[in-house]
Amino acid sequence: MRSRWQRFKDSYMLHSFLNDRVALTCFIILAVLMFSAFAAPIIAPHDPYNSSTIDIMDAQAPPSWSHDGDSEFLLGTDAQGRDMLSTMLYGMRVSIIIGIGAVCLQAFLGIVVGLLSGYVKRLDNVLMRIADVQLSFSTYMVAIFIGAIVQTAFGVAGYEKVAVPLIIVIIGLAEWPQYARTVRASVLAERKKEYVEAARVIGLSKTRIMWRHILPNTLSPVLVISTVQVANAIMSEAALSFLGLGMPVTKPSLGSLITAGFEYIFSGSWWITIFPGILLVTLILVINLLGDWVRDFLNPKLYKG
Amino acid sequence: MTAILEIRDVDKHFDISGSFIDQLRISHGKLNRKKTVVKAVNNITLDVQAGETLAVVGESGCGKSTLARTVMRLYRPNKGEILYKGERIDNLSSAKMRPYRTRMQMVFQDPYASLNPRMTVRQILEEPVRFHNPGLSRAEVHDKVAEVMTQVGVDPAWATNYPHEFSGGQRQRISIARALVVDPEFIAADEPIAALDVSIQAQILNLLMDAQEERGLTYLFISHDLSVVEHISNRVAVMYLGCVCELATAKELFSNPKHPYTQALLSAIPKLGGEAGNHIRLSGDVPTPINLPTGCVFHGRCPHADERCMREIPMQRTLDNGTIVACHGVEEGRI
Repeated sequence: MRSRWQRFKDSYMLHSFLNDRVALTCFIILAVLMFSAFAAPIIAPHDPYNSSTIDIMDAQAPPSWSHDGDSEFLLGTDAQGRDMLSTMLYGMRVSIIIGIGAVCLQAFLGIVVGLLSGYVKRLDNVLMRIADVQLSFSTYMVAIFIGAIVQTAFGVAGYEKVAVPLIIVIIGLAEWPQYARTVRASVLAERKKEYVEAARVIGLSKTRIMWRHILPNTLSPVLVISTVQVANAIMSEAALSFLGLGMPVTKPSLGSLITAGFEYIFSGSWWITIFPGILLVTLILVINLLGDWVRDFLNPKLYKG
Repeated sequence: MTAILEIRDVDKHFDISGSFIDQLRISHGKLNRKKTVVKAVNNITLDVQAGETLAVVGESGCGKSTLARTVMRLYRPNKGEILYKGERIDNLSSAKMRPYRTRMQMVFQDPYASLNPRMTVRQILEEPVRFHNPGLSRAEVHDKVAEVMTQVGVDPAWATNYPHEFSGGQRQRISIARALVVDPEFIAADEPIAALDVSIQAQILNLLMDAQEERGLTYLFISHDLSVVEHISNRVAVMYLGCVCELATAKELFSNPKHPYTQALLSAIPKLGGEAGNHIRLSGDVPTPINLPTGCVFHGRCPHADERCMREIPMQRTLDNGTIVACHGVEEGRI
């Protein structure tokens, strides 16, 4: 009788969210960061991807408030003369795209595998052993292996073009068992409930029962791990870029910016590493704190001391 | 009267030994593979007549629910046949089973678990109608659902709400509506009132009886509440450890129980003003259905058991008054 919007407005979820100051603050910060990342082409003062606007003579200019800072570059410039602020905004956009893309891939693979192994008994052993094998490889090992092969195969120029989808696939493939295990555990609990038997008595097919009846009931743990996994994927990407296997310097992510600045930190140009570092930490922190709130909200039995 | 449902010699066993590795045991220095099987339902033969209410009673774990679920093809029987109006249904594929899904429906015990918490009442009730009648228009489905909701006493205006917004009794009404919405002839009700408050139990029972009158339904009514069974059913089957020990009309069974287990069960009904302690006390516990006793399953606790009971499984015999009993003692005239 009430519309969806009204239901949402009156819901306990919104009430609990608005009364949790940490969650609210984190959400606002995250929203600002997301907006500035995706609006980077409009709001950024410079375009770091356009090499004609970059002047090497501006390289390593300190932030504008310091002694010999240039007012044109608010947070200074990096070793190639790119404006730090603009590069960070563009870099954050790359990081967020990779994080969300990788999580979508992980979630898709993990949900399909988890549903099948939870509901179809014959597949359970095979699929879960595959997941175990996958988990026993560390993400970085898989990434280094595939990244190295692709870089050799495509060359540096070609690698730039495939870097984003490649990193999404690498991180997505490395971490799907997390989802598969969570979904399988919930499916095993849900499939014993009587509403599933009622659906079978109606005569619905297995696929329909799995997707329409069981899956919606297993989504709350998926939502919880998704927030954590986005943060994890962004961190994995930063770590890979730091090792030189992630985003190339011409299209930097936050991780590759940190690496790029690392060489200059002892020559006094601290801002090239520190600012992207702070941004990365803030991004991860607000996502994780929001994830905590989601977990507490969806699992109120958890003791919050 | 014709039988709408015939259960012939049905066995349902569950393998609980787990995966291949779990089945391996080392005994006497040798590696053996051992399966553990729960014999939930053994050799059950029952007829359900059109238009009647056949109640199945027994203590928990005796296989009543398993029987109902086997009839509904939620489980496949290990042995035996199930016939619906003379057609065998226990070996049909799920596609061939589909027409029977509109004729046979089920009501479950727990109204808190039997409705999908993520679906509104409208979605829950419309799904079976749409699934079985894909040709119906949106308005026709809507009308059908509203009609059934009115019949079970839930205001159709509440259809957009989720199950958790209803009380237990209302949920059970919705759950009954879900069964009725495909216009079935036969309903297996698996302890439909066991999870409800006593004051609500009567309402739900009356609802079931009204629906039976209006639609000419046949019920297979699983219960452990004997006074409810006496009230609602035409015939009663008493189960013990996966076997039917006595089958009689409700009147006959409650006034003149033949099988020693039925006698003990009926004597356990609490009575107002009755004297305390005059019920038949059985010794021991129900044996495990993993290792069934030899002979009559009740022989270990039966006060009348003799050597034959331990050895030979009693067959069902029809007595002069129509009662069917599986007991050597009754057959020999000892009891």
